[in-house]
This record gives sequence, structure tokens and C-alpha cells, in this order.
Amino acid sequence: MSPASPLRIDVQGGEPRRLRLEVPSDVEYVGEAVELIARHCLTGILSPRRVLFNLRTALAEALTNAIVYGNGEDAAKVVRVQVELGRDAVRIRVSDDGAGFDPAAPPDPTRPENLRREDGRGLFVMRHLVDRVDFNDKGNTIWLTLQAG
Amino acid sequence: MSFTVKHERGIITLGVDGQLIVGNRHELKQKVLDALEGGGRRFVIDFTQTGYIDSSGLGVLVSLSKKIREQGGELRLAGLNEDLQTLFELTKLDTLFTITRTPQEAVASF
Repeated sequence: MSPASPLRIDVQGGEPRRLRLEVPSDVEYVGEAVELIARHCLTGILSPRRVLFNLRTALAEALTNAIVYGNGEDAAKVVRVQVELGRDAVRIRVSDDGAGFDPAAPPDPTRPENLRREDGRGLFVMRHLVDRVDFNDKGNTIWLTLQAG
Repeated sequence: MSFTVKHERGIITLGVDGQLIVGNRHELKQKVLDALEGGGRRFVIDFTQTGYIDSSGLGVLVSLSKKIREQGGELRLAGLNEDLQTLFELTKLDTLFTITRTPQEAVASF
């Protein structure tokens, strides 16, 4: 982490252990935020391979969506991340201040007519890399669940 | 995260060290576009040292492939680990790109 980085992870003990992180609405912080959280998950219930690939990729997607589409890259807003390191699963909550979106809406990016599109794969990728993806009713909070293993 | 650029037999190989995600995709795109502007037409992107790629990274590869093809060139991908190969397969992007096991194979295949 660079000395000027505003990212500070808050680690709370107990059961389940919790991590909290606020990320400015700037995509430049996505990589660093992902590394900070992944580092705390490497010694837990998930295999290192799943942390380093599935968790990192899915979290990068969720953060990017929250920063770009949720908060509109508004520097006055932050994205809030909370991670629960449970005995059976790791649950990651990512919340933004946006109006939310309809998770049923994105078209299938693997259809031939969509294959050459540059965007539209984020939710599809997340759903394949974690065990469960949930949204709140408004659509501005996403939960990513990775079961132990 | 950083990118390496290597020129060999008229082929430009760009190595992605770390990850290709929303925060660094523009840097990769600019390096390729600069090389394209400079006359480069045959490109390999080497993922041997890459941990993960998000959908923004996949999107920039699709975009670059199109721009290179428009100039009569070709982009090949190499060095995907098992997880990254699976990512390309589940998104069906493996059907859009020529993917080789190693960057050496990609260079030799031109």
C-alpha cells in the first residue's frame, strides 16, 4: 500500500471475524482494496487458489460495479465493504449509494450477438465464480458468498 | 501491477504482471495502440504472470482484438493458467481468440 493510500481495513475479532473497508469511488483503488481483503482471507476456510482467483475476481467486479454504476465515480461517495469470515462460509457485502439496478436485466454475454461486446460480463462472471450472489431489494448492495473449501 | 513489452521478429509481446482489471486496462490498451500506431501488427499478450482478469480486462481484450484486426493485424493470447482458461471458456471468449499454452508457442505460430 502506498503511504498516501486512504484505504484502512478495520478488523473486528469474535465469531464471525469481520473486516470493514471503505473504498473511494475511484477505480484506481479497486486492485489495492481487493488485495487488502484477499490477504485477510488467505489463512481461513477457503483454499488459497479460490481466494486468489475466485474471490479476487468476483470482488473486483462487485467493487467496479459499485464505483462506476452505483456511485457514478463521485469522489464524495464511498463504497462500503464488509466481510464475514465464518466457520462455513465467507460472505462479502458491497454497498454503494446508487439507485440500484435490476440483477435480472443484463443480457447473456455468451450469446453470439453479445460476444464481441466490451461490457456486460461482470454479473455473469461473479455468478460463476462464487457459490451465491444476492442483492438487496433496491439493488445497491450485493452479497457474495463463498462456501468453505 | 505492470506490463512488460518485448519485440521479437516483428512480434510484440506484452506481459501482464499481477492482474488485468478496471484500474490498469487503459494502460495496456494505450501500449497496444501506440505500438499499432508505430506499425506493429502482430501481438501476443502473455498472461503467464497474471493472477486474475476481471470483466473490464476481458472487455479491453475484445476491443484491442477488433482494433488490431481493423489494421490487418492479429492478437494472440498465451500463458493462461487453469482458472483463467476456465474464465475464457465460460464467457466463450476462447472462441474469439487464438490462445496458446506459452508465449513462445504464440510467437512461433505467426
